[in-house]
Amino acid sequence: MPEEVAPREVFGKTLVDLGKENPDIVVLDADLASSTMTVYFKQAFPERFFEIGIAEANMMGIAAGLAANGKIPFASTFAVFATSRCFDQIRVSIALSKFNVKIVSTHSGLSVGEDGASHQALEDLALICSLPGFTVIVPADGTETAQVIRAVAAHPTPCYVRLIRGKVPQVMDNGYKFEIGKAALMRQGKDATIMAIGTMMAPALEAADALAKENINCRVLNMSTLKPIDETAIVQAAAETGAIVTAEEHQEHGGLGSIVARTIAKHHPVPMEFVAVKDKFGMSGKPAELLAKYGLTAQDIATAVKEVIKRKR
Amino acid sequence: MYNNAIVNDSNNQANKTSALNANAGVFSSNEDLAAVCKKIRRDIVTMIAKAGSGHPGGSLSAVEIVVALYWKVLRHKPADPVWKDRDRFILSKGHAVPVLYAALAEQGYFPLKELDTLRKIDSFLQGHADHCCTPGIEMSSGSLGQGLSFSVGTALAGRLDKASWRVYALLSDGECEEGQTWEAAMSAGMFKLDNLTAIVDKNGIQLSGFTKDIMNSDPLTKKFESFGWNVIEIDGHDLTQVLDALKKAQTVKGQPTVIIARTVKGKGVSFMENNVEFHGKAPNAEQLEKALKELA
Ligand SMILES: Cc1ncc(C[n+]2csc(CCOP(=O)(O)OP(=O)(O)O)c2C)c(N)n1
Repeated sequence: MPEEVAPREVFGKTLVDLGKENPDIVVLDADLASSTMTVYFKQAFPERFFEIGIAEANMMGIAAGLAANGKIPFASTFAVFATSRCFDQIRVSIALSKFNVKIVSTHSGLSVGEDGASHQALEDLALICSLPGFTVIVPADGTETAQVIRAVAAHPTPCYVRLIRGKVPQVMDNGYKFEIGKAALMRQGKDATIMAIGTMMAPALEAADALAKENINCRVLNMSTLKPIDETAIVQAAAETGAIVTAEEHQEHGGLGSIVARTIAKHHPVPMEFVAVKDKFGMSGKPAELLAKYGLTAQDIATAVKEVIKRKR
Repeated sequence: MYNNAIVNDSNNQANKTSALNANAGVFSSNEDLAAVCKKIRRDIVTMIAKAGSGHPGGSLSAVEIVVALYWKVLRHKPADPVWKDRDRFILSKGHAVPVLYAALAEQGYFPLKELDTLRKIDSFLQGHADHCCTPGIEMSSGSLGQGLSFSVGTALAGRLDKASWRVYALLSDGECEEGQTWEAAMSAGMFKLDNLTAIVDKNGIQLSGFTKDIMNSDPLTKKFESFGWNVIEIDGHDLTQVLDALKKAQTVKGQPTVIIARTVKGKGVSFMENNVEFHGKAPNAEQLEKALKELA
């Protein structure tokens, strides 16, 4: 079993590296620095770290003001507080002016665990993807997170990066090169395609491996950039494999599944199945228990693949 | 012809202070500025009438504040709206953008005739302030209560760069009902942002009535003081008081300053003054004629 790392840990350390290289990098947090791991930056560059307190709306506005004046602000807090709590501020103060703010959220999805529904962001991707001009990325592991944080720092648009609380196994090769807007081919296959993001990447690979033993060969794509989505990879997968399953720790509404469905409906319709949260709030429990209860396991993905293949033309 | 602003190319503090000092005290008798204010008011009612919609009341109440800033206080270059050493003016009460459009046009940021395109399809003069389409607009606003946070971020950026430019934010008293305004006020006090001056256009009226009846945000002075601000109260239509307060704010160290400017909503047009009806209604042709006569 490969070693597991917490992407937020990688995020915190990458921020420090970036801070050394670029004096314009500044960091804001809303009383969660020791959880989002921006605390490393705070220790390294106290004069460029702004503790805003429990005032997320203010944090987004301040980040916008810093960005408008040449800084590259990273604003971090839990995904629920980084999006729905201050959506209008992100919309008007950041997106409408196209300010170069980087929102990096942690503790997204059900895998927050015991804290329960109020803390489990399951709609953040739908919200942020709806804003014109935002770049939205969900890295799958620590390796990808380090590259994503560097990529967004160098990318001249508002960006949203979604991280989780827990640890994940390394799924990307050491030689992997992340590129904004480009899906990563994880497994080649022709019977169906599994497209996954974030925490669902490892179960997607597990499902593909299990299915391979039954002679069902799945293509697996890491769709880490949700916006702008890699339409080419999606259309190619639809044309070449004829069936798609998406997997995400997010509401079915407005996340990866919706975006992929919209893309193929326009360019190359094929049957789809959606492994996602089905219009429900989360609850307290252990991450693994929650993922099982809400149908977000490797087994659920494998079942969805078999279902979708039945409907192939 | 009104373009007699102090456009000081130097970012040197001494230069800036002396420019202001040279003007100090002169304004009680400065008829030029009063004439500018009248012209700006004519621009406001005319453009809103031509647009057929817009917010005259809160635009008219802020005229002296905006004129004092653009004609005498701000270091800015109309030909280079993103000049990096400019003072930053942030219009938080984005619905009052006609007063800013008028000032920017009179200052030469864009031709005056463009004011006729206000609120029309594809115009760069949007119904609420929009950073992406209008030269000289620092942030998009229109959702009330967001400008002071942006101003805090701007002031922090200036401090990080050890810049001499200052930040001016224009707020409404209605906006002081928004929680975010107080989040921002708290942080500005905490960060001791003495390069930030906020001005509250305290006209006492909001969309549907008097602020004291809708949700009383008073006493504003005590609130800001308790959040760590230096507070100056003035008559917001007395140019001398406005200029003196803006000048005084520049000398305060270790805390941000807020100027609470008592104003009259709809100021300058008799039938709009203190009339909630003209918060967000355009004058018709007859009303425009009457208004222009009063502002002649
Ligand atoms: C967040 C938000 N809520 C509601 C409105 C609708 N609105 C536009 S202007 C206004 C009242 C403005 O009164 P005030 O803020 O005091 O401005 P002024 O009197 O200076 O025009 C309201 C409620 C808005 N623009 N933003």
